[in-house]
Amino acid sequence: MTAMTREETQALIQEVLEVYPEKARKDREKHLAVNDQSVEQSKKCITSNRKSLPGVMTIRGCAYAGSKGVVWGPIKDMIHISHGPVGCGQYSRAGRRNYYVGTTGVNAFGTMNFTSDFQEKDIVFGGDKKLAKLITEIEGLFPLHKGISIQSECPIGLIGDDIEAVSKKAAKELNKPVVPVRCEGFRGVSQSLGHHIANDAIRDWVLGNRDTSAFESTPYDVTIIGDYNIGGDAWATRTILEEMGLRVIAQWSGDGTLAEMENTPKAKLNLLHCYRSMNYISRHMEEKYGIPYMEYNFFGPTKIENSLREIAAFFDDTIKANTEKVIAKYKPMMQAVIDKYKPRLEGKRVMLYVGGLRPRHVIGAYEDLGMEVVGTGYEFGHNDDYDRTIKEMGNATLLYDDVTGLEFEEFVKRVKPDLVGSGIKEKFIFQKMGIPFRQMHSWDYSGPYHSYDGFAIFARDMDMTLNNPCWSQLTPPWKKAA
Amino acid sequence: MANIMIQRDSKGGYQFYLPKRDLEDGIDSMEFDTPEKWGGEIKLSGGGTYYIEPQPAPARLPFSVRAKRIDAAE
Repeated sequence: MTAMTREETQALIQEVLEVYPEKARKDREKHLAVNDQSVEQSKKCITSNRKSLPGVMTIRGCAYAGSKGVVWGPIKDMIHISHGPVGCGQYSRAGRRNYYVGTTGVNAFGTMNFTSDFQEKDIVFGGDKKLAKLITEIEGLFPLHKGISIQSECPIGLIGDDIEAVSKKAAKELNKPVVPVRCEGFRGVSQSLGHHIANDAIRDWVLGNRDTSAFESTPYDVTIIGDYNIGGDAWATRTILEEMGLRVIAQWSGDGTLAEMENTPKAKLNLLHCYRSMNYISRHMEEKYGIPYMEYNFFGPTKIENSLREIAAFFDDTIKANTEKVIAKYKPMMQAVIDKYKPRLEGKRVMLYVGGLRPRHVIGAYEDLGMEVVGTGYEFGHNDDYDRTIKEMGNATLLYDDVTGLEFEEFVKRVKPDLVGSGIKEKFIFQKMGIPFRQMHSWDYSGPYHSYDGFAIFARDMDMTLNNPCWSQLTPPWKKAA
Repeated sequence: MANIMIQRDSKGGYQFYLPKRDLEDGIDSMEFDTPEKWGGEIKLSGGGTYYIEPQPAPARLPFSVRAKRIDAAE
């Protein structure tokens, strides 16, 4: 199928919307758009960050998922208590594959689940006592932890527990930071508010802790912000930055530690990868400490090159010279990857529906492989995300915000992409429809995808999925034409 | 009244950020923009209007300040 025209795409949206009752149709219409690169402001064509409609299948998460799962969870030397019933913590345990170095259960706790396991009596009589007891137990069992965060689940807010008071008391007894995070799942419309709440908690309880202590800084101190080390992403990023001659003093929050976070205000530049989940803290540091932040994109050699040069522009000539050396060093390697996979992938069309930064950041990587992204959307993006996306996407491509299960299926049926990239809940639907699929939340159990090292893996994975012989075996023998 | 943050955008103009609603927007015009008197009515590219009590210009941007909403686009 060739590229659709603007009118065709518009007609497709209208057709998909037809099944809805009128009220729902009106609402959903605002979330679907045909991309037009000439639009400066996304809010003129697409609405985002609104409550999902009751009755539709949304793919969003909750504020607890945004705080515990995304921002706080990967900090490896802290213990994150899922405060409330057991399920929220258990079913999200280690699902994001935030890799870390350390001995689990001794000095790192990333893949473990700590929960206060609320019972009926805790709901009726309050769970503060249980929480205090839990913290004492943690201190006894895991003395090498550096701090505790309390991630509230829905009931905590509903019954009005005072976790702040418990935290303050416990912090004094333990002499370690105990951070209450009010990220009850019912807050906000998606996980996005969870990110914001988590960022605010870091700002209020962590960031200023070492403002007065000494730190041996260099002029080349940078931090990686908004990289969750999924499948080792942050490590791949870090090696490149270190090759440039920069010193990475903190990773937020993949493979990160509490000490790194506390030392972040000593950095010279904050490098922000996931804008959606960590722009809040970057803005705060820019205002309070005067540390500039820069959004970068480490997907695909073209974007990496641009980003590296932009990063280097903040520093002196030695870094700039080093950067050119790094770019020159990796160029032939990346060319080899492109030479190998581009002929197998060229012209293939991709539809994405993920969250955070990926709906726009991975477009460059696909384009490097000669592929085209024909539809993209955010689970929980805001207007500023779409502002940034419009320029990256081709004209007359589809944009869908908080897409519903039905819309996504219908779009895929009509647009017929060669590859769909979305989450695990969508994976098997599309595979059964005979469309190759990559789970792009945690790189389908592969990775890293960031940086130069990651691009080689990204290209291999896309080839492996798209050109898998199984896709020609979908028609059973009895249905084949004789 | 709402807390807003004023910062510089890449083109050297002002940018408006409303943390409470994660609203990011360009600033088309600011009533007073001199070192002694800064603020007044600010018009956003999205169509909204906010009012900052005129004050001496901040030494450094970004700068958080209380602002009154006069007219919002949404």
